[in-house]
Amino acid sequence: MGNRRTAGEKVFGVFNTIFLILLSLVFILPVWHVLMASISDPDILQANSGLALVPWGKATLGGYKFVLSNPNIIHSYVNTFIYVAGATVFSMVITILAAYGLSRKDLYFRKPILFLLTFTMIFSGGLIPTYMIVKGVGLIDTMWAMIIPGTVSVYNIIVMRTSFSTIPDGLIEAAKIDGAGHIRILLQVVLPVSKAVLAVIVMFYVIRNWNAWFNASIYLQKRRDLFPLQLSLREIILQTSNNSLVVESSDPGAIDRFRPLVKYTTIMISIIPMLIVYPFVQKYFVSGVMIGSIKG
Amino acid sequence: MANAAIAPSRALKEQEKKLKRHLIKRDFRQNWPVYLMLVPVIAYFIIFHYLPMGGLAIAFEDFSFRQGFWGSPFVGFKHFENFFSSIYFGRLLSNTLILSAYGFLISFPLPIVLALLLNEVRQPRFKKTVQTISYLPYFISVVVVVGILQDFTKSNGLLTQLVVALGGEGGNLLGKPEYFRALFIGSNVWAHIGYSSIIYISALSGIDQELYEAARIDGAGRWKQTLHVTLPGLAPTIIILFIMRLGEVMTLDYEKILLMYGPGTYSTADIIQTYVYRVGLVNGDYSYASAVGLFNSVINFIVIFVANKISSKVSETSLW
Repeated sequence: MGNRRTAGEKVFGVFNTIFLILLSLVFILPVWHVLMASISDPDILQANSGLALVPWGKATLGGYKFVLSNPNIIHSYVNTFIYVAGATVFSMVITILAAYGLSRKDLYFRKPILFLLTFTMIFSGGLIPTYMIVKGVGLIDTMWAMIIPGTVSVYNIIVMRTSFSTIPDGLIEAAKIDGAGHIRILLQVVLPVSKAVLAVIVMFYVIRNWNAWFNASIYLQKRRDLFPLQLSLREIILQTSNNSLVVESSDPGAIDRFRPLVKYTTIMISIIPMLIVYPFVQKYFVSGVMIGSIKG
Repeated sequence: MANAAIAPSRALKEQEKKLKRHLIKRDFRQNWPVYLMLVPVIAYFIIFHYLPMGGLAIAFEDFSFRQGFWGSPFVGFKHFENFFSSIYFGRLLSNTLILSAYGFLISFPLPIVLALLLNEVRQPRFKKTVQTISYLPYFISVVVVVGILQDFTKSNGLLTQLVVALGGEGGNLLGKPEYFRALFIGSNVWAHIGYSSIIYISALSGIDQELYEAARIDGAGRWKQTLHVTLPGLAPTIIILFIMRLGEVMTLDYEKILLMYGPGTYSTADIIQTYVYRVGLVNGDYSYASAVGLFNSVINFIVIFVANKISSKVSETSLW
């Protein structure tokens, strides 16, 4: 870019830099606050509720010990892992098969099938009829309710299809001449050269399923033992009910004392896995959005 | 096709049909494994998306589980009439539209502004760092976002103190209807701005550098360059995303509202979809709730259809 800058441009540059630094702080601070609060002294924490830039009182891991020794939290943590793994595998299988099929240009019914999928993006039966169908097929109050309904995304299918259709025809034709069928072409030609898009889509599905709470709240109403972490979190954070921690504990006094601390530590244990993967997968964001934005 | 237009003779039509049948047959013979691979996705969408659309028929019935889908009495537009004449109708519609309009005016342009500001940064390292940090909220669940928001808006929370410093009243902000919209939109912006700006940043990096060169030679400063090169370069992306956004007019993030609102804030926070949730899933009035939901979906469908029509006329950019 240009080497000489006017005074006005320099001033703008300085303000721009300052503004972007402040903005970055705005993104980080809330998470930092929760982290610091989660290692605070429970008694001092209860008396304060301003921003925690450093831990209140002496730093302690007591909250984590308390939360991680609570069987209900551990249980919902395990449930979340099962749901994320199950839903991601289930929707990836459907997404890959759909994307491969829809990327075959010689398919006579390709357009109508594509329309069948994309139409659901602009019109839907809505909450109640969907709930009734899920109920009708017997998924309510089972683990499958978190793995099957509402997990496959049309957007992800289209992103993957767009990526598959950029694979050179020659590659696929060569495999065909070698006598490979469609399954073998998919497994041995298409998937190996599509690692980037597979990573992107897995990332989208994992983040989405890890953070999902609504379907669990309507499909698993009667099965507290099947609650995912986000739903337990909702009860602890928003105190929508006499939460499970209270019921389970032998010492109610300790609970009241720990309540604010437990809230922060539970938030932390729910976002720590995401914070660990975040630096590694954020680079895929750009490629994911880019593939998705190409009109195909 | 030209032949058919001149003389659509029966023989020709017959031949066309035959050809079509032949093509389909050959397609199935060659591609049956591919169709087999598409069976799961088709079945999935039929079961979980098209059956519910069919299930919307209960909006025209007095549905009860005892009588079932086929046995419940047909009541025509009764539920729609009830909804339109209910005291909630006006409030729900205006709350939905106002919240959407705010989303348009605030959440839509801000990612563009962020992308433009990042585009002006000259140190690639700094730009990359800010961008990476801006994705952070994308990894945080809406439950946690609302939890943190609740923390900051307690009577002595950070945001509340800020409001008080600016001359506001204080207290628990989330419990006050007059703050609901600002808090909803504000936390949405916080959560999505980084992710939403990616597409604009990519579009910006795709603008031909020679155009900037040419503008500079013509004596344009940074501001003029932004106005005459950058913004026109971004226009197609902005238009596409604008239409997609229009299609979401009636599909606000009601799951988040369910976490944020309470009876005390219904006057500004209750939208059509949260009402559907309460009436349908909490009170169990399936038919009435489906009617209200259908009203919402139809409006949404009309908006996206019209927006796309207008856009394809005006700018030759369209979704389909």
